[in-house]
Amino acid sequence: MVRTYFLLAWTWTRAAAAYPASFWLMTVFGVIIAALDVAVILVVFANTTSLAGFSRDEVLFLYGAASVSFTVCDMFVSNLDRVSQHIKAGTLDTFLIRPVSAWLQLATDRFNGTRVGRVLQAGAVLGYALAVLDLDWRRAWMIPVMVVTGMVIFTALWTLAGALQFALTDAPEVSSSFTYGSQQLSQYPFSIYGRDLVGGVTYVVPLAFINWQPGLYVLGRDDPFGTPEFMRFMGPAAALVLALLAALAWRQGIRHYRSTGS
Amino acid sequence: MIELERVGRSFKVKRNVVHAVHDLSFTVSAGEFVGYLGPNGAGKSTTIKMLCGILTPTSGRVRVAGLDPSRRRTTLARRIGVVFGQRTTLWWDLPLADSFELIRLLYKVERAAFRSRLDELTETLDLGSFMRTPVRQLSLGQRMRGDLAAALLHAPDVLVLDEPTIGLDVVSKAGIRDFLRRLNAEQGTTVLLTTHDLGDIERLCRRVMLIDHGRLAFDGTLEELMATAPDEATIEEVVTRLYTGSPAQ
Amino acid sequence: MSSHIRRCKTIPLYARLVRYGFRKHATYVWAALAGAFTNSVFGVLRAYILIALWQTRPGLAGYDVTDAVTYCFVTQAFIGPMQLFGGGLGIPERIRSGDIALDLIRPASLQLSSLAEDLGRAAYLFLVRGFPPMLLGAAMFGIVVPTDPGRWAAFLAGFAIAVVVSFGWRYLVALSVCWLVDDRGVAVLSLVLTTFFSGLMVPLHIFPGWLGDLAAALPWAAMVQLPTDLYLGKAPVLETLAFQAFWAVVLLALGALGTRAIRHKVVIQGG
Ligand SMILES: Nc1ncnc2c1ncn2[C@@H]1O[C@H](COP(=O)(O)OP(=O)(O)OP(=O)(O)O)[C@@H](O)[C@H]1O
Ligand SMILES: [Mg+2]
Repeated sequence: MVRTYFLLAWTWTRAAAAYPASFWLMTVFGVIIAALDVAVILVVFANTTSLAGFSRDEVLFLYGAASVSFTVCDMFVSNLDRVSQHIKAGTLDTFLIRPVSAWLQLATDRFNGTRVGRVLQAGAVLGYALAVLDLDWRRAWMIPVMVVTGMVIFTALWTLAGALQFALTDAPEVSSSFTYGSQQLSQYPFSIYGRDLVGGVTYVVPLAFINWQPGLYVLGRDDPFGTPEFMRFMGPAAALVLALLAALAWRQGIRHYRSTGS
Repeated sequence: MIELERVGRSFKVKRNVVHAVHDLSFTVSAGEFVGYLGPNGAGKSTTIKMLCGILTPTSGRVRVAGLDPSRRRTTLARRIGVVFGQRTTLWWDLPLADSFELIRLLYKVERAAFRSRLDELTETLDLGSFMRTPVRQLSLGQRMRGDLAAALLHAPDVLVLDEPTIGLDVVSKAGIRDFLRRLNAEQGTTVLLTTHDLGDIERLCRRVMLIDHGRLAFDGTLEELMATAPDEATIEEVVTRLYTGSPAQ
Repeated sequence: MSSHIRRCKTIPLYARLVRYGFRKHATYVWAALAGAFTNSVFGVLRAYILIALWQTRPGLAGYDVTDAVTYCFVTQAFIGPMQLFGGGLGIPERIRSGDIALDLIRPASLQLSSLAEDLGRAAYLFLVRGFPPMLLGAAMFGIVVPTDPGRWAAFLAGFAIAVVVSFGWRYLVALSVCWLVDDRGVAVLSLVLTTFFSGLMVPLHIFPGWLGDLAAALPWAAMVQLPTDLYLGKAPVLETLAFQAFWAVVLLALGALGTRAIRHKVVIQGG
C-alpha cells in the first residue's frame, strides 16, 4: 500500500515537474502561509511573557510538535477533503473502477511536493524550541511518539472529513472545521480553553493527544485541568480508536455513494 | 460471467423514491457479446455502475466473475474493464502515455506484458499520433480510443461499455466496432454494450437485452427481437415499437 | 437626448446586478451555512487566545476582555462578505476561458458591474455568514452590542466602504491573471497580506512598533480593523471613514486603469 502510494505520488510529481518555476514559487509561498501562525504567536508574546501559564518557547514547542504532524498529513492525505468536488464533477466513479482503494487514489490525486516547505518550517520551529527549552532528556522518547500519534490522528480526521462529505456534498466547508480547526486548536496550550471544550477534545474527539497530553509529559508539567498522570501515555491507544472509527465511516460513505444521474 | 438476481436500486430524491432498477434478473455467459438497450432513464447506466461496484444495490444479488462487486470492488477491478462514453476515466491533465503508465501501476501489470499490450492497442486503435497530448486536448474520438485502450491494458475478462460510440463520426464508429468485434472473437472477452446507436447492435451483438423503467422488457437474439414485430422492416422501427408500444411514425 | 436615456437605464441596471448577485448566492444556502459554521468554530478558538492574552494584559490596546472577544467574532463575521480568503469574483475563470472578451465589449463597465454583483453577494453573505458567529459569540462569552444608533450608523457606513475596499483589492488580484501564467502565487500572496494585515488574526493595535504603524496605514486595515473599531466605538468616526474612503478610491482608480489595460490587451490586440 505504501509502495503504491509513493508510485502514484511520484507520477504526479513528475507531471508537476514540467513547471519548475511554479513549483518553487508555491513551495516558498507555502512556507510563508505557515509562518503566519508563528507570526501570530510572536505578536501575542510581544505583549506578554506568559499565556495561560506557558512561556513563548513552551508554546512554540507545542506548536512545532502539532505542526510537524499536521503538515506531513497536509502533504500526504489532505486531498481527501476533495470528495465533494469529485462527487459534483462526477469524477469519483473513476476512482471506484480501479483495483486500488479509492482512499489511496484520492489522497495521491494531483499530489505535489510543494507542501514539503511547510513540513520543514514546522520542523525548524520544533527544533528551535527543543534547543532553547531546558528539557529533561530522559523524557525525550515521547517526542517521536507524539509526532507519530499526531499524524495518525490528523489522518483519521481527514478521512472523517472526506467521509462526511459523502453526506454533506453541498456543504463541504463543514469538514474543514475538523481538520484545520483541530490544527488551530492544537497550536496553543489547552489551558487557554474552557474546561468543557477541553473535556470534549480529550474524551470525545481525542485531539488532546496530538500534542497537549504528551507535551505536558515532555515539558515535565502537571495538567492545569488535573487529569491523572497516565493520561499522558494514552495517545497511541486513542489515536488507534479514532483511526478505526474513521475507517468505518469511510466505508459507510463509499457504500452510500449515489454517483450522478448522467 | 455476469449474474443478476432480482436486483433493485432506488434513489431518494427530495422525499420521492426513484426506482432506477427494479427486480432485474439476467445472466451473461463467458464469451458473449450482449447489447443492452433501453430508452433514456431506463436504468442502463445504473445497472452498469452496480456491475463494477460503484453503486451498491438496494436489493438482490449481483455476481461478476464470481465476485460481489460492492464487497470485492478492488479485486473485481482487475478482471473487468469499464468505459463511460460520456465521461473519461483518464486523467484530464496528464498526457495519454502518463495516464497509461498510471494504469500500469494501479493494476500492477508486468512491464513486458504491458509493453506488448500497449503496442498492440496503439496499433489497432491508432493512438500513436497523440500519445503525448494531455487528455483534455484530445478530440472526442481520440479520447474514446484512449479510454478503450485504458480499459483493456490489464486484459480484463469482461468489458462493460456505456455508450462508447456517442458523438463519433461514421469512420471512428466503424473503427471501434471492428475493434470490439475482433476483441470478442479472438480473445473471447465478454462484452456488455450499452448504446443508443442501433447500428452498433445490428453489427455486433448476437444477443439483445432491452430494459424499460428498470425492468427487463426483452431478452433474446437479434432475430427474435426482429420477430417480436414482424410487420416492421428495420431495427429502428422494432425498437421504437418496444419503447412506445405503438408503431413508429 | 440619448445621454438622458442612458442615464435612466444605468442605475436600474446596476441595481438589478446587485439583486442578481444576491439571488445567485442565495441558491447556495448550504454552502453559506457551512461557511458560517466554520467561521463560528474558528471564532471560538480565536476568542480563547485573545481572552488568555487580555487576562494577562487587561486594557491592552484600549480594549477590555469583552471588547477583545467582540473583536474576534465581528471579524469572523466579515470573512464571508469581504471574501477575506480571496476569490468570489469569477473573473479569473473568464479570463482563462477567453469569455472576458464578451464582458469587455458590453456597454456596461466591467468594473462597475462586477462591483454591483459583488455588493449583492456581500449583502447576502452578511446575513447568512455574518450573524451566526456573532450570535454564538454572544451566547458563549457575551459580546458588546452598541445601543447608540449613531454608532450603528457609523459601523454600517464603515462596513459598506470596507466591502468596496475588499472588492477593489480582489478586482486587482483577479485582473493580474491576464498577465500571469500561474496565478496561484498572487492568490497566496493576497491571502497572506489580507489575513495578516487586515487584523483578522489579531488586532493590529498589538503589533509591535513599526510593524503596527505600517499595518495601520495599509489598505487592509480599512477592511477589518477599522470597521470593527467603529463597531466598538474605539475610533474617531469621520477620520476613520475618510481613511477607508481614501483607499476605496485609490483601489477603484487602479482597477479602472487595469480594466483599460486588459481591454487593450484582449479586445484590441486579440488576447
Ligand atoms: N445519483 C442519482 N440520483 C438520483 N437519481 C438517479 C441517480 N442516478 C440515476 N438516477 C435516476 O435513475 C434513473 C435511471 O438512470 P440511468 O442513468 O441508469 O438511465 P440510463 O438508462 O443510463 O439513461 P440514458 O440512456 O439517458 O443514459 C433515472 O430516472 C435517473 O434520474
Ligand atoms: Mg446512461
